[in-house]
Amino acid sequence: MRRRGPAVTVWVIAGFALALLVLPLLGILLSAPWPHLPALLVAPETLQALGLSLLTGVISTALCLVLGIPLAVVLARSVSWPVVPRRLLRAAVTIPLVLPPVVGGLALLLLLGRNGVLGKFLALIGVTIPFTTGAVVIAQTFVAMPFLVFAVEGALRGADRRVELAAASLGASPLRVFRTITIPLVAPGIAAGAVLCFARALGEFGATITFAGSYPGVTRTLPIASYLASQTDLDQSIALALVLLVVSVAVLLGLRDRWLPGVRG
Amino acid sequence: MSASALVADVTARRGSFELTAAFNVSAGRPLALVGPNGAGKTTVLNVLAGHADVERGSILLDGRDLVGLSPEARRVGVVFQDFLLFPHLTVADNVAYGIRMRGSRRAAARVAARPWLERFDLGALADRYPHELSGGQAQRVALARALAAEPEALLLDEPMASLDVEIRDDVRAELAGHLRDFAGPTVIVTHSAADVAALAVDVVVIEHGAVTQRGTWASLRQAPATPYVTRLVRQHEE
Amino acid sequence: MRLRPSRPARAAPLAGAVALLLAACSSPSAGPSSTTSADPLKGTVTVLAAASLSEVYSDLADRFEKLHPNVTITESFGGSSALASQIVQGAPADLLATANQATMKTVTDAKLADGTPIVYATNILTLVVPPSNPAEVKAVADLAKPGVKVALCDTTVPCGSAASALLSAEHLSVTPVTLETDVKAVLTKVELDEVDAGLVYVSDAKAAGDKVTQIAVPDAANLINRYPIVVLSGSKNKTAAWAFEQFIVSITGLTALKNAGFGTP
Repeated sequence: MRRRGPAVTVWVIAGFALALLVLPLLGILLSAPWPHLPALLVAPETLQALGLSLLTGVISTALCLVLGIPLAVVLARSVSWPVVPRRLLRAAVTIPLVLPPVVGGLALLLLLGRNGVLGKFLALIGVTIPFTTGAVVIAQTFVAMPFLVFAVEGALRGADRRVELAAASLGASPLRVFRTITIPLVAPGIAAGAVLCFARALGEFGATITFAGSYPGVTRTLPIASYLASQTDLDQSIALALVLLVVSVAVLLGLRDRWLPGVRG
Repeated sequence: MSASALVADVTARRGSFELTAAFNVSAGRPLALVGPNGAGKTTVLNVLAGHADVERGSILLDGRDLVGLSPEARRVGVVFQDFLLFPHLTVADNVAYGIRMRGSRRAAARVAARPWLERFDLGALADRYPHELSGGQAQRVALARALAAEPEALLLDEPMASLDVEIRDDVRAELAGHLRDFAGPTVIVTHSAADVAALAVDVVVIEHGAVTQRGTWASLRQAPATPYVTRLVRQHEE
Repeated sequence: MRLRPSRPARAAPLAGAVALLLAACSSPSAGPSSTTSADPLKGTVTVLAAASLSEVYSDLADRFEKLHPNVTITESFGGSSALASQIVQGAPADLLATANQATMKTVTDAKLADGTPIVYATNILTLVVPPSNPAEVKAVADLAKPGVKVALCDTTVPCGSAASALLSAEHLSVTPVTLETDVKAVLTKVELDEVDAGLVYVSDAKAAGDKVTQIAVPDAANLINRYPIVVLSGSKNKTAAWAFEQFIVSITGLTALKNAGFGTP
């Protein structure tokens, strides 16, 4: 009899937690202007923002993969380093997670803006980054990278890397070991990381608007468009929010088997 | 192609532990490296495979010094204690891996691996994954994989340790047959007298980082030189 | 949104005189130090105010708190349309001060205002450029030149609709690189020299001091933003809210607004 007490409490609290996560979404669904929705969804502002968000989201995720996987490998190997460099490396990777997005955007502006520390040199060769779609990609990559790096690092740490020794004894060079053994071994972790990365990039607001600005078709992504619309045209704002919701859920459902690396099904 | 002799004379260090060992292995006369835990036999194995460095000395495989060569350049096959099969590859692809690394394309390697699958009675398991195999089956795959790469020498690390006790005798007998078919020098690291008796011809005993006795199993049984060897020999007689 | 929590008040010469006046009116005892015991004003007053009012309202709040130590003024600054929509959606606040009458109308139409809003100040647009004036902008017509990077407010925000009206009045077709969510964001981009020019209020240009160079736009005087303020019907502290409103429209408040560059209606 005594056993069941704590279990019930756990269920109840879990129920509240689930409600906190799900009810706001229900709020959107219930307030949505269903009759006007088709017209709102094909409105140019909506399609422009959606196209831009998807394009930049995919490019940012690809960039996170290319840059983040090697970083994850280094991070996983850093266990053998002395304490200070090891902790510094981990802290550096965590920065975008703890920095408020607007601060991140400001930092990017101060670095890569046309008067920025690096930006002023780029400006000399005619390259300006703020207010371009490229700036959106940079801002999204900045905030989303840690998600990918930590997911891949976790998968690397969890995998039994000694199979790499077996591969070497069979004649595989370090690069071939990496490509034929290490990467496939952590592929589920990479997939999970990529999903998180894409979702974070899709929802990015503060860094984007501070660094890239807000211009329809160029830098006004779905979250920014939704925010601006919320001030004057709530229906439009909800329509844009719904689009974001549907895209996010679709991506998550599409890769549901890979949510937890190493756990099957 | 397999070599005819392996001549090792090495000193290796792991932390504060130092090991010195010199021994010869001839093709057709498998050598068992025995010793208590911590004696240094794993270090010897790692040194031979290329996963650990030597401080000084040489490892000559038909005159070619392996010291300084990376593992992938050594042509020394290894059957690891827990097999280390590639979990994301089928049995066929596992066995074909070494053939692939030597330059074949994936499909061609799979074809070339077929005879090896047959020889080790793995034909029916070709499309299974390692997690679906029993211990005995996994060991056969590990051995087939190492031999399919056509190494010049073969190392086995505690070959029976990961297997259930009940099947060990049968598997050991089968393994002995395969080792007889291998034309190159073979080194078996073990602490089991049964392994020594069934699989090896020559024995080198390593205790506390040094060789304490060497000879055939028969000579060890006749005249054990240390308390450890005495216990080992007695283990087999029980 | 920028929040201004209460800070220690700065000394202001005028405040002393007004304090004496208020002390004489509100309590029988003489001297500013004894206002504490008989001062009926207490509690918190939450003010939602347009971004262009940031500096002036912070200053006036400090002064008011010094006169009435039992009152705490909390201010939240942002785009007027965002603030108005927050009120309409039920945000708890005592006072609303917008940058134009159109945004105030959404609140009065929703019957959330207590009485009629008071128009107490005006603002007109001006052109600002970075001190280095990289694009050599001399007049508003230069904004239409190709290659000139212009930052504007989005049309959903008062300064944006004013800018749009101004540019049409000048018969100029300007493509900005960004349409920001409030006027301070435009100002920041100009201060950081990330854009060549921006259209902001005269008060913002004044507040930025020598961080920007101001260029007058002759026709801007025809497009006046009228600033209304109103106590909200949902206010829980109407006495103090009304008192602060009166303070803002008093000689003290109007002088402060004038010094900051605002005009009189």
